[in-house]
Amino acid sequence: MFEIFGIPSQALFGQLLIGLINGSFYALLSLGLAVIFGMLNIINFAHGAQYMMGAFAAFFLLNYAGLNYWFALVLVPFMVGAFGVVIERLFLQRLYKLDHLYGLLLTFGLALIIEGVFRNNFGSSGLPYRVPPTLQGGQNLGFMFLPNYRAWVIVASLLVCISTWYVIERTRLGANLRAATENPTLVRAFGINVPRMITLTYGFGVALAAFAGVMAAPIYNVSPQMGSHLIIVVFAVVVIGGMGSILGAIVTGFGLGVIEGLTKVFFPEASNTVIFIIMAIVLLIRPAGLFGRRA
Amino acid sequence: MKRLVSLAILSAALACGTAHAQMTDGVIKIGVMNDMSGTYADLAGPGSVVAAQMAVEDFGAAAKGLKVEIVGADHQNKPDVGSNVVRQWIDVDKVDVIVDVPTSSVALAVNEIVRQKNKVFLISGAAASNLTGDKCAPTTVHWTYDTWALANGTGNAIVKTGGKNWFFLTADYAFGHALERDTAAVVEKNGGKVLGRVRHPFPATDFSSFLLQAQSSKAQIIGLANAGADTTTAIKQAAEFGIVRGGQNLAALLIFLTDIKALGLETAQGLVFTEAWYWDMNDANRDFAKKFSERSKGLYPSMVQAGVYSAVTHYLKAVHELKSDADGGAVVAKMKSMPTDDKLFGKGTIREDGRKIHPMYLFEVKKPSESKGPWDLYKVRATIPAEEAFRPMKDGGCSLVKG
Repeated sequence: MFEIFGIPSQALFGQLLIGLINGSFYALLSLGLAVIFGMLNIINFAHGAQYMMGAFAAFFLLNYAGLNYWFALVLVPFMVGAFGVVIERLFLQRLYKLDHLYGLLLTFGLALIIEGVFRNNFGSSGLPYRVPPTLQGGQNLGFMFLPNYRAWVIVASLLVCISTWYVIERTRLGANLRAATENPTLVRAFGINVPRMITLTYGFGVALAAFAGVMAAPIYNVSPQMGSHLIIVVFAVVVIGGMGSILGAIVTGFGLGVIEGLTKVFFPEASNTVIFIIMAIVLLIRPAGLFGRRA
Repeated sequence: MKRLVSLAILSAALACGTAHAQMTDGVIKIGVMNDMSGTYADLAGPGSVVAAQMAVEDFGAAAKGLKVEIVGADHQNKPDVGSNVVRQWIDVDKVDVIVDVPTSSVALAVNEIVRQKNKVFLISGAAASNLTGDKCAPTTVHWTYDTWALANGTGNAIVKTGGKNWFFLTADYAFGHALERDTAAVVEKNGGKVLGRVRHPFPATDFSSFLLQAQSSKAQIIGLANAGADTTTAIKQAAEFGIVRGGQNLAALLIFLTDIKALGLETAQGLVFTEAWYWDMNDANRDFAKKFSERSKGLYPSMVQAGVYSAVTHYLKAVHELKSDADGGAVVAKMKSMPTDDKLFGKGTIREDGRKIHPMYLFEVKKPSESKGPWDLYKVRATIPAEEAFRPMKDGGCSLVKG
């Protein structure tokens, strides 16, 4: 067995894989943010709260409706997505013509309210949610023990990320959507219902957050502040990838997960800060982000 | 995402206005400061404010002619936020005593401010044993537990049953460092070895990378020198990564009732840990827990909240005898000279260095089949007698100790 910088190669492979797994959460969440920003020009600060709602919804379905993880994975994105649609109809649609700042303030306020309500009702220590029986246990890969659930996380999030990218960048629906962002009046002239499309897009972005929340429930702590811990990092990911760039969000999400994972081995104390250091450097060199197009 | 929530709660003690001429501004003002919205909010948080209120009511402050007011604030686990709140409380709002303050980094900052301003600091939530060691102050009483007591209880029990080689997952701030240091000392004193450690950011969401490092260290015991959601997430993920099935064992060096509840017995069963108080140990505790849960949305009291009750009770006794709350040093001296006695912690004493002395308990988490209710979670494995539970005064290096 050879060593790299004093770390046995086996341990290093393990850490790379773990980094990829954490990266899949970053990718899923930043993907939703990028979709919402790219199509609606809204900086959705409530994304963390919506992710948290996804995890709680999974808990409720299991404990009050007897519906297991797999049902939750399908149902919860629709439930929380519908909540997003209501928010868009009630509040956000009034803000598109205004400065970004208003959207940011509104969603930030919503996030605080949602978190406060959950904390008030369910406390802050969290709720138990177990790994679904079919995904318990794990595989010995030789260099590490890979829990089945974590393997599933990578596969599922890659699938979701790639299909989202495909729909938006390669299909007619995505083309309409992108056109509607560029020039809504013209697209309406072709008989496309632009406001409804925008509403559904926000609902989809929120559904992605909820999906990530269900994925997170069995392995992270299901608590009201779970979103706020993650959201700042995810915003950094989006900024590094380039605001609004779908591909940028996915690639940076996985990439930064790996970099953070390696930091946890070589200098664990800095693992919370390393992403922000990278963000500062990227902004200095490429202000529009790695994949961003200059406005 | 958190925000300073300053709740001003007027206690039930609406007193007659004659007998308290010596109290500063006529009122004994108690400031309960802790994490009201983050990872420690259930084990301290608003529940500690409720516990302080119950102490004031049970003491019968109003009938004794004492006017008591309680205020609460959120320090967000940040020393700078906590320091600002305490300065404002003392300078502007005339708060006489600061209570609870979990998160050792915040407690160490508050400790110095209270010493300078000569008020009183009653610690229940914070753990670092430095608070009665090299950082001890004549205005501070450390009530419920500390890192030395946890290390002594859990560390000893585990090393004596064969867990000799340790690896630490340590929260990277004052508390984690103190807990790791005190536990490592116990392990080494008993002939064990520390194979390595990793310091993780506080708070952390994912421990898989750190657990993998612990796994490859081949240590028998993985000591979790962290608290709250960090501990529960680490335990949850250790189960996922097959750490325990692989022959390694976890030592949760600090874990609270609300954490065990959050983990669920299925995951937590069999964990052995040290605490100062548990609600289901006698009738007085059960009665307190019942009343407490009615006032805190069904949550049962943690040892931190029980400690707040007990500390506030003793403080009120001392102030009542002194008939003054003006001189913090004098109040704490009075508290040290009187034996402590209340319904939750029973009889005890406060040492010269500010350490409150009482028995500690080694608990084990019940199996799901043994539990009869949602909060029926612990069984007592052993009682650590008061005289052995805390660090001997001579070892602490406190400057208040003569000789």
